[in-house]
Amino acid sequence: MTTTSPASAGPSGPSGPLAFVHRRRRGAELFLLVLALMVGIGAYAAVGVGVEESVPADLVGYGGWLAALIITCHVVVRLVAPYADPVLLPVVAALNGLGLAVIHRIDLDQGSAFASRQLTWMSVGVGLFIATLLLLRDHRVLTRFTYTSGLGAIVLLLTPMMPLIGNEVRGARIWIQLGPFSLQPGEVAKVLLVVAFAGYLVQHRDALALAGRRVLFVDLPRGRDLGPVLGMWLVSLGILVFQKDLGSSLLFFGLFLVMLYVATERPGWLVVGGALFLGGALAAWRIFGHVQTRVDIWLDPFSHYGAGTDGRGEQPLEALFGMAWGGLIGRGFGDGDPGRVPFAESDFIVAAIGEELGLTGLMAVLVLYGIIVERALRAALISRDGFGKLLAAGLGAVLALQVFVVVGGVTGLIPLTGLTTPFLSYGGSSLVANWVIVALLLRVSDLARRPLPDLSGGADQGSDDDTQVVRVQR
Amino acid sequence: MNKPIRTISVFCLLLFVALLANVTYLQFWRADGLNDDPNNRRALDERFSQQRGAILVGNDPIARSEPVDDRYDYQRTYLKPLLYSHLTGWFNFYNAQPATCEGCQQRVEQTYNELLSGEDDRLFVTRLVDLLSNKESQGGNVQLTIDPAAQQAAYDGLRAVVGPEGEGSVVAIEPRSGKVLAMVSLPTFDPNALASHDLEEVNAAAERLEADDDEPLLNRSIQTTLPPGSTFKIVTAAAAIESGDYEADDLVPGGPSYQLPLTSDDSGLIDNEGRDCGSDRIPFAQAMENSCNTTFARLAVDLGAEAMQEQAEAFGFNQQYFEDLLPQATSRFPEGMNEPQTGQSGIGQFEVAATPLQMAMVVAGIANDGSVMKPYLVDEVQSPEFDQIDATDEEELSEAVSASTADQLTELMVSTVDNGTASPAAIPGIQVAGKTGTAQSGQDDVAPYAWFVSFAPADDPEVAVAVMIQDAPGRARGEIAGGLLGGPIAKAVMEAVINR
Repeated sequence: MTTTSPASAGPSGPSGPLAFVHRRRRGAELFLLVLALMVGIGAYAAVGVGVEESVPADLVGYGGWLAALIITCHVVVRLVAPYADPVLLPVVAALNGLGLAVIHRIDLDQGSAFASRQLTWMSVGVGLFIATLLLLRDHRVLTRFTYTSGLGAIVLLLTPMMPLIGNEVRGARIWIQLGPFSLQPGEVAKVLLVVAFAGYLVQHRDALALAGRRVLFVDLPRGRDLGPVLGMWLVSLGILVFQKDLGSSLLFFGLFLVMLYVATERPGWLVVGGALFLGGALAAWRIFGHVQTRVDIWLDPFSHYGAGTDGRGEQPLEALFGMAWGGLIGRGFGDGDPGRVPFAESDFIVAAIGEELGLTGLMAVLVLYGIIVERALRAALISRDGFGKLLAAGLGAVLALQVFVVVGGVTGLIPLTGLTTPFLSYGGSSLVANWVIVALLLRVSDLARRPLPDLSGGADQGSDDDTQVVRVQR
Repeated sequence: MNKPIRTISVFCLLLFVALLANVTYLQFWRADGLNDDPNNRRALDERFSQQRGAILVGNDPIARSEPVDDRYDYQRTYLKPLLYSHLTGWFNFYNAQPATCEGCQQRVEQTYNELLSGEDDRLFVTRLVDLLSNKESQGGNVQLTIDPAAQQAAYDGLRAVVGPEGEGSVVAIEPRSGKVLAMVSLPTFDPNALASHDLEEVNAAAERLEADDDEPLLNRSIQTTLPPGSTFKIVTAAAAIESGDYEADDLVPGGPSYQLPLTSDDSGLIDNEGRDCGSDRIPFAQAMENSCNTTFARLAVDLGAEAMQEQAEAFGFNQQYFEDLLPQATSRFPEGMNEPQTGQSGIGQFEVAATPLQMAMVVAGIANDGSVMKPYLVDEVQSPEFDQIDATDEEELSEAVSASTADQLTELMVSTVDNGTASPAAIPGIQVAGKTGTAQSGQDDVAPYAWFVSFAPADDPEVAVAVMIQDAPGRARGEIAGGLLGGPIAKAVMEAVINR
């Protein structure tokens, strides 16, 4: 690529465009991490006090382990990505800690043991996070794996359809069963897809952007360039049809559209893609019973709840009742009844938070997600290479879409789909994948904020207007 | 690529704004509606398992929430179930009665539900403190006006008279304030069976009670209107004295029989069932002592339907005035009667019908120098820490008769106890004012209703009592008379109050 990101120019003061140097702010990150740990450990203690009226006996061990994981992350970031965004990791740590506490709360209600397994998964996630940061010193290396990741993603998406290991849970065929482990390969495919899209689009963006004709103020793409769009559309529809997974379908197609738009800068793609999506969704709604059911339940959950009905409205309606019961400030840990909502520890963890921590808690969670998305998009803005921009924007968008789809579904804004809430929900594949996403985002932001190598040399740096600045090509 | 990234940022912002707005709508504006939804077991469960405040009589709770180990944290327990069931009601899972439920029996558990459950606005500060100190929220307490000794005396006395199957009611009022000191209705029931956490057991008990012919769920003190019989002669006497035509020391028309105007046959003939009512004019006191039908029928005819109705309504007939228990029957004094009907109403017959509470108010009004106080059952409401947060104010319902009329009526009623039919209520050393009543039901196979009303001490009344015996199985028809059956019960209640 030959263009330079305008963001790297910074304020063009007397010392030139390259003199703006991001501060590392690792101290700030450490401070915020301590706050995040207070959220996680405090919430865990609050659950114990609220439910069992005593501080949990394993608080020191649990808190110690959580702190060890988080501080290790910090140390690794300090060592190998010193310029990385200082806000991202603390926000993620806070969400993950809160999620653990809420899962623990539901464990106490249901007699299950999801929290300890989630802590194990978090450890695995943190391990992969560290591995990603250590192994991937420059995200552009990933462009080499464009097609490999794409293929991997498609294979992963297909696995739930395979006999023996494919597993249908509550109507959606999105799980695979490997011995004692059940995995949701879609979560991992999500990351691979972003990598594949970013790599593909960064190579083909010119063709996709420049060719085409203008119809009614909208630049429409060339027919032959529609191939990947149509392909992705078909994949999304396939997920919807064969796996009955509304959420993933919407997520992948939305992600693809966003990245296409960012790469080509042409809203025409949004028009085409949006039309395709709407058409597909409408067709799916007309043709497929499970989509109709979802929409019916969404429109009138009350007619699917209670004696004499099919009872399908139970989960969404109990969630609504729970959140209404929580009100503005919530019932407090232990004083609600989140166990009434089936799958409160995974898909419906937002409802449990709304019930026990109230509107206040839910808003805080949403704002934390907003911050993650904002930091991701900010990294995309200031990134100096196209791949990094696409990668960060894609990862940010996929998080935003996922949060919107799942929280919107649980709170009744849109029809319900089965997706995990990033970092909060119980679920190994989701948690691990999201930690890798954070690592990738930190890597992109690290390279974006890192000062450019000083090639002007010598003592006259930045003081001599005549000095020619040589820009590094990236 | 930055322009589309900025556009995407705005798009993501909109997504989050939509989520925040929707969550705010859900948890703030829509929350109340969802919480009131009958499907919302969460809200129901919570209300059912919370620690409600106590209902207190004297210093003792008669209903309280006790911690238990099942899924609902607290069990509502009634400590003297049979004695107070008609006042407390019961608290169970179905008890959050819908607002549309007309005719549901609402007793203190329901009429004071908001306070007992802690949702009342007057408990806002308490709730806030509980919230900040992370304490489990607790409901406020309701203190009843009931005098436990009087209630017990009324229950024991009535129960002894009517037996386990019998039907009757006793109401005692403090004349100067309107406080209900005792309110008993038999047969009674055990609210604990209706408050159980075992919902099947509750349903079975409710069905059994509703199917019972004796109607144990009915609070006869306020829900049953019956002909008051001779006790209504007090009202007739009051109207006579108020009219200015008569005084307690005057002679009134007497005689062994009286043919009602416009009538010629037996149905219009009123006699005195063998009691001595002279031949022409007799002292007012004698007419009262012997409960002379001829006298009071004639007085009523002389006074006219309008004056009689005015006097009855001044005592509270044809209106509802009791707010703590619902629903209640309206005591009737018919409008626009002709002369013979007026004559019959003067002795508490025709379509005159009163609740025991109404008859207690008639005597309480006389005891209180003619001023009828609005009766009330809930004395004060308290915070969970038993601090008073609100008290019921005494309120005059009406000035039924003048003080001098009240004095004369008292005089007549005292002599009725001292020398007449009401003698079973006499208390040694204390002047008691009273009046008996025995009302024919008009049906041969239904025993007459026995009434007794009284107050004491006559010079400084502390308690006014009305006793109504609707059905006393096993008692001979001739034995059923207000004085004989009701007198001792009223006496026991008055003694309990005076000797406390």
